[in-house]
Amino acid sequence: MPEEIQQQIVRETFHLVLKRDDNICNFLEGGSLIGGSDYKLIYRHYATLYFVFCVDSSESELGILDLIQVFVETLDKCFENVCELDLIFHMDKVHYILQEVVMGGMVLETNMNEIVAQIEAQNRLEKSEGGLSAAPARAVSAVKNINLPEIPRNINLGDLNIKVPNLSQFV
Amino acid sequence: MALKMVKGSIDRMFDKNLQDLVRGIRNHKEDEAKYISQCIDEIKQELKQDNIAVKANAVCKLTYLQMLGYDISWAAFNIIEVMSASKFTFKRIGYLAASQCFHEGTDVIMLTTNQIRKDLSSPSQYDTGVALTGLSCFVTSDLARDLANDIMTLMSHTKPYIRKKAVLIMYKVFLKYPESLRPAFPRLKEKLEDPDPGVQSAAVNVICELARRNPKNYLSLAPLFFKLMTCSTNNWVLIKIIKLFGALTPLEPRLGKKLIEPLTNLIHSTSAMSLLYECVNTVIAVLISLSSGMPNHSASIQLCVQKLRILIEDSDQNLKYLGLLAMSKILRTHPKSVQAHKDLILQCLDDKDESIRLRALDLLYGMVSKKNLMEIVKKLMTHVDKAEGTTYRDELLTKIIDICSQSNYQYITNFEWYISILVELTRLEGTRHGHLIAAQMLDVAIRVKAIRKFAVSQMSALLDSGHLVASSTQRNGICEVLYAAAWICGEFSEHLQEPHQTLEAMLRPKVTTLPGHIQAVYVQNVVKLYASILLQKEQAGETEAAQEVTQVMVERLPQFVQSADLEVQERASCILQLVKHVQKLQAKAVPVAEELSALFAGELNPVAPKAQKKVPVPEGLDLDTWINEPPSDSESEDEKSKTIFREEEQKHTQHRQPEVDEAELARRREARKQEQANNPFYIKSSPSPQKRYQDAPGVEHIPVVQIDLSVPLKVPGLPTSDQYVKLEEERRHQQRLEKDKKKKRKREREREKKGKHRRQRSLPTESEEDIAPAQQVDIVTEEMPENALPSDEDDKDPNDPYRALDVDLDRPLADSEKLPVQKHRNAETSKSPQKEDVPLVEKKSKKPKKKEKKHREREKEREKEEQRKPSRHKKQHRKEKAGRSKGKKAKQQPPTCAEAAGPVENGAAEEEPLPPMSSYCLLAENAYIKMTYDIQASLQKESQVTVSIILENQSSSFLKNMELNVLDSLNTKMARPEGSSVHDGVPVPFQLPPGVSNEAQFVFTIQSIVMAQKLKGTLSFIAKDAEGATHEKLDFRLHFSCSAYLVTTPCYSDAFAKLLESGDLSMSSIKVDGISMSFQNLLAKICFHHHFSVVERVDSCASMYSRSIQGHHVCLLVKKGEKSVSVDGKCSDSTLLGNLLEEMQVTLAQC
Repeated sequence: MPEEIQQQIVRETFHLVLKRDDNICNFLEGGSLIGGSDYKLIYRHYATLYFVFCVDSSESELGILDLIQVFVETLDKCFENVCELDLIFHMDKVHYILQEVVMGGMVLETNMNEIVAQIEAQNRLEKSEGGLSAAPARAVSAVKNINLPEIPRNINLGDLNIKVPNLSQFV
Repeated sequence: MALKMVKGSIDRMFDKNLQDLVRGIRNHKEDEAKYISQCIDEIKQELKQDNIAVKANAVCKLTYLQMLGYDISWAAFNIIEVMSASKFTFKRIGYLAASQCFHEGTDVIMLTTNQIRKDLSSPSQYDTGVALTGLSCFVTSDLARDLANDIMTLMSHTKPYIRKKAVLIMYKVFLKYPESLRPAFPRLKEKLEDPDPGVQSAAVNVICELARRNPKNYLSLAPLFFKLMTCSTNNWVLIKIIKLFGALTPLEPRLGKKLIEPLTNLIHSTSAMSLLYECVNTVIAVLISLSSGMPNHSASIQLCVQKLRILIEDSDQNLKYLGLLAMSKILRTHPKSVQAHKDLILQCLDDKDESIRLRALDLLYGMVSKKNLMEIVKKLMTHVDKAEGTTYRDELLTKIIDICSQSNYQYITNFEWYISILVELTRLEGTRHGHLIAAQMLDVAIRVKAIRKFAVSQMSALLDSGHLVASSTQRNGICEVLYAAAWICGEFSEHLQEPHQTLEAMLRPKVTTLPGHIQAVYVQNVVKLYASILLQKEQAGETEAAQEVTQVMVERLPQFVQSADLEVQERASCILQLVKHVQKLQAKAVPVAEELSALFAGELNPVAPKAQKKVPVPEGLDLDTWINEPPSDSESEDEKSKTIFREEEQKHTQHRQPEVDEAELARRREARKQEQANNPFYIKSSPSPQKRYQDAPGVEHIPVVQIDLSVPLKVPGLPTSDQYVKLEEERRHQQRLEKDKKKKRKREREREKKGKHRRQRSLPTESEEDIAPAQQVDIVTEEMPENALPSDEDDKDPNDPYRALDVDLDRPLADSEKLPVQKHRNAETSKSPQKEDVPLVEKKSKKPKKKEKKHREREKEREKEEQRKPSRHKKQHRKEKAGRSKGKKAKQQPPTCAEAAGPVENGAAEEEPLPPMSSYCLLAENAYIKMTYDIQASLQKESQVTVSIILENQSSSFLKNMELNVLDSLNTKMARPEGSSVHDGVPVPFQLPPGVSNEAQFVFTIQSIVMAQKLKGTLSFIAKDAEGATHEKLDFRLHFSCSAYLVTTPCYSDAFAKLLESGDLSMSSIKVDGISMSFQNLLAKICFHHHFSVVERVDSCASMYSRSIQGHHVCLLVKKGEKSVSVDGKCSDSTLLGNLLEEMQVTLAQC
């Protein structure tokens, strides 16, 4: 899918969900952009974030809502009290977590403990390899961060914690 | 050198990482694009460096930029580089980037095949997992075909983590490579009962996805699913299965009957709303499938409707929405049970949530009856006016039209009401559905003859009111209605009350602002109108008035002649000439009206949209035969075809002319009239039937109820649809009274007893048939050609990707259906698929584990190379397949050595089969054990090779505690587990029961590769049998030939030529006599044993290329003489070349 269409979908989806109140239903029926009437947008809204899934009619709507909840709870566990900035600065990690939940557009795992266990095992493996930025690079990154104006700004933004409501867990 | 490295690592420290990039972008809000283009430049620099960590970091940043909408396809090759890194950290980054930006059109994707295969068979489950995840996003038909077998093997992996991913990705493979479905299906089915819930869930997922598209092929799985449904506790799996049953029941009613009970139990017992909802959904599907056969399931329907009502009444909007969705499914077969909840659904129209309103609208569509149509539409009309967003308003508009026009206007009892509704809808500004309204107006006016008079009066008012002309800017806007209005007024102008006024309206200057196609219709219909006015005036003898009308025409038409629209211009100038001619005739007092109106005589009937397609092919006409034989090559094609065409045309016209003679036409017309008379759907109008109610007493006295709105929908000067609602009630009441009277007369006695009751009850239960329509509704059916074919084949989409997956899964596999297998080593002959993919090394030595995947990769790479070559011996091939299928039946028992080695023949010529080759050669053998080995190298590890040793237990003892030790040389050393000394052996990670063989892999590090090496070694083991255990030893010599360090690397001829020209290479040659083998096979042998690839081949001369793991280029020129072969070699290292040629000489001497 070309990047422009990708962006267009993201933009339009964002505008669609943004104008929806919290007390209306979390399903949006498919437009031509996402593949027609067999498709639905199913989303959940947490603080400043929207998690939007696009599914076809083979998925159970309520099931997907629960799945989003599982995903967000997993993020919460993996990032230890996840906040918006975690997701912004660690998009790669978010992808890796999502890939343990959904693979190639199909639901892979719905059990949160299993997902978290696999993520942690992979993180350990990465650590044992020395990670992407080896020690010296990390030290430099610490030096680079000193006296940079954006640091306080980030801290201000930092308390946008996602409140993960205690919904009945799926499975 | 050292300085350069230090410098590089310092540079690296100042590279941005992903977090730096994100932070930078956030800090450059004003000049984001500039900042990012700067970052991309940096990334390009980073990608040029050799350090894989730097590259990975760069690709990681690119992935982020891709997410922001930047095209990163230019870095596809770098992404592949990072994918092939050995560290998981980097590999994961590479695969993530690939999954985000690779697609069918990415050309480098074909380079990934071997890398992915290598990762799939990696001993680390996360390498495999990451490869599967990535592949699931970018799998192409080629990848699917090449990797199907590897993935299928992974479905039986020991780790559930890999199994579930492999199972799930199979669905993608099926879509891209449908041939794999049947061979893979048995194993997929097996996985439905996998002990791991995740794997089971994945298998259920895949089968449900498949069954959704082609349910009939999966009916045989119903008992298995039934079992799963009753014993599973995983709600995900339950939901999937229940959904699947919903798809299966329509095909097998008996299944439905069985399902009702357990599903009802679930509905009563479950607390999970999602499960409850899906159960209800499937029960509905079951009921639908049973509705024809079984009479009474009202209890189940009641249960469903009741549960759905609870959902709809819930405060949770999601449940409300889904409740409505499910309700609409019941509606299709059991409308009565839903109609009872009309109140609830109408209430939902007031919901603040648009999705819910839309769902409610859908329901209304099915709920209308003759009785409630007007009421429902009235309700909708109030919503139309209240609606804020144009989308929802447009949705309402289409829904109103859908509801009213459904099943040939079945529920409309009063078309005057409907026309007024349409006219009211024209008040909607900014709608994009003007053409819909227009189409309805035309359709009704044409097909309901009785309504024409009324329609014409309404349309002339529309033309007159002019508010529509103002909105002419938007395409498909409301002004489209004028198209219909103009046409209706023109075509049915005899019904016009004040034709002159309408004519004036249509000739206003403002009309020229309308879109061209509407103006064109205006122009055309102005003439129709003009003709009818003329006729009227002439008949009345008002010649002066007639001339006045002509004068108006002559004055006004030029504004259309100036139109920029070609169509309008053309029509207008034609008509202007006509009118001028009429003017001349009028001046001479010649009556022209008759002739003018003859131009528009005759009636237009609607033609069915599919009529053209359904014209049957006349007998004896074969559309596939050539009309003229295609011209032969000898003649000039252009000339020939031209003359053919001309002749043909002349023939046709000549042929036609005599056909269309007057008598024949008359005869046909007569025949058609006759037919229409016999056609039950073609009803002639009765004289002005709507009079019946217009003349009814008291119509004028009925107070007109205005809709209480700030902007009323009422079109000035036109009646509102509301009037009709009142009138209709009145009328129906009248009808009822009459009916009651009749009944009264019949059964006076009975009525005396319970008359009141009866009457009250008769109000709500009045059946549809009781309502007689207000007008005689003669709906003219759409015309179809005679003998139209009833088939609806044309609705199917030939490009449906799921069609290819519609295959019979129960038929036993044919030999030709096996998946392409890329393995032929005897190594695999003795292993079960599970062992093969997760060698038991895992617990122990770490290094060999890593290396292991490598050798396999290389092996496969080589074989693949070979397979790609076009000629493969057919006989051999078939034999191999037979072997494989046998293996499959016996649950993946390993194929025998010879068969497995089949496809290795490298480019063997058709006429001369090459004996199967194996790269494994004997290492040592005694009474207990036989060892064969092969050495594999990889370009990624420049000082490492993997030695794979197949250990075969030839005794009846049980062999265990096997340990391999080698006396290291200075140059070549065996990699040992950390902490062990150079004298310790490396344990073999498995035991061997009698008769079993398995493969172990050991990594060796080499410093120099230019010389062959031999290492002494010992295998020690304990042999245990009934009598006891003995400690045994077997000595061996491990031979590292120089060829083992070469890796088959393809090379293009231009690159090859450049290499030779460069002059950096030393040269050497050999010549071998007494060769009897064909050149083709000779090359195949060199390719196979010495890891070369053919660059170019001309007759009996070929250039070949290979590369050592340390980067030496080796080029060969092989020439075949009568009985001899000469090999000229060039290599960047003369010692290596000399040794290689020596080895080659040995090989060739055997040929």
